[in-house]
Amino acid sequence: MWEGISRSGWIATHLLPPPSVIPASLYSEVKEGFWHSMVVASLRHYTIGFVIGSVLGVMLGVAVALFPRVEASQAWLARILRPIPPLAWIPFAIIWFGITETAAAFIISIGIFWINYFTAMGAVQAVDKDLIEVARAFGHRSLPALLRKVILPGAAPGILSGLRAGLGQGWMTVVAAELFGIEGIGQRMMEASGLLATEIVVLYMFSIALLYGVSDYVFVHIQRKILAWQR
Amino acid sequence: MATVIETQDLGVSFGKGGSNKVFHHLNISVEEGEFVTLVGVSGAGKSTLLRVVADLIPPNDGSVKVVAEADRARRPIAMVFQAPLLMPWRTIAGNINLGLEGLNVPEQERRERVEQTLNLVGLAGYGERWPYQLSGGQRQRIGIARALAVNPDVLLMDEPFGALDAITRTTLQDELLRIWKETRKSILFVTHDIEEAVYLGDRVLLLGGKPARIVEDYPVTIDRSDRRGSEAFLRKVEEIKAGLSEAIAMTDHALEDS
Repeated sequence: MWEGISRSGWIATHLLPPPSVIPASLYSEVKEGFWHSMVVASLRHYTIGFVIGSVLGVMLGVAVALFPRVEASQAWLARILRPIPPLAWIPFAIIWFGITETAAAFIISIGIFWINYFTAMGAVQAVDKDLIEVARAFGHRSLPALLRKVILPGAAPGILSGLRAGLGQGWMTVVAAELFGIEGIGQRMMEASGLLATEIVVLYMFSIALLYGVSDYVFVHIQRKILAWQR
Repeated sequence: MATVIETQDLGVSFGKGGSNKVFHHLNISVEEGEFVTLVGVSGAGKSTLLRVVADLIPPNDGSVKVVAEADRARRPIAMVFQAPLLMPWRTIAGNINLGLEGLNVPEQERRERVEQTLNLVGLAGYGERWPYQLSGGQRQRIGIARALAVNPDVLLMDEPFGALDAITRTTLQDELLRIWKETRKSILFVTHDIEEAVYLGDRVLLLGGKPARIVEDYPVTIDRSDRRGSEAFLRKVEEIKAGLSEAIAMTDHALEDS
């Protein structure tokens, strides 16, 4: 249908390129080496941002859930910072890190951080208190022991679903984080749209969908392995 | 016979400034190899008492003396809870192993102890399954196996059969008596079911009043093979039920006065 609408001439092809031109644009992008270098660059920003945002989000979320006094002291800070969209941080990212890959990774990590922070906090708070008592009754009384025996395994399903949500959130910000001149898929899409080469824009949209699809598929498999104990 | 647990003027209170005294001046003792059951008015602190003995709640007054040989390869006390409370992310063997982690028991012996206790509770071969694959009664057997695996002197049991259907409960009561005879553990068993208390116990302690204390200590001398449904058994049950009614009346008076 898409192909038909594009070919019919109702809509100019630069407004909605027919899917049949995408293989050709993929071929030229790959031949000129753009596709490879852009995808690798974006993957790098994405991976660094994902790891930093996830690790910090989970660690702080767990810590805040464990120590209610910490929660009280940061609850308002979280309320102020939480609603700020990652993209609003772009000016600061540039001031702090310059037009660098670090700046892109920083912006990507922000959205991922908040998702993981809140899901990890909720997951730890929801761990069955009776199971914690069982662990204590059987000699696991220090905080590290309780974390290892009950709290982290009990919170694992929640933490993993937060990581998975971050996986998608990260791709949503990757393009925007590269719009201001950092090499990557986002930059290439901006260039192409400036030249009205919309078939290239669509090609990279599909590329992002593919990368997300693969990463989510792999993640779900790992998640299922870890959570084999769930019915 | 040696005493394995002794509480001395034990007191626990909750609320602001300890305003709500659950029990005070509580003195109970359990002898080596003895099966003591504890019944009482609801809210009298039966579960709380077990948790104080297990060192899960600190007492406000008095102390608990647990006589057990110090040994890095065992725990003197182990608890069986009202719900099985197995860790769903551990296999059955992993759950039984919980109390052995942190003890100085070599890997080989851990596996043997897990096997032994699985045998003892009649679930040999279930080690690799997940908790959700077991029935409620089987899960509670694993709760018992987990406690036995640490080779304790004393088993504390907090209404362990309360949530089971009548048939499973009867079966598990007999299983528990068999295990008790085989292992000669001392058991302190909380229940709200007086028939269960009389069927299982060498002694039945009745807890009542506000704050609660031991109102009565009923010895049960009926031979264990002659308990279920016998006349002497029913008489004992009636006697304790009458005692419990009195204790409830007494508790209500104490609440009205306060």
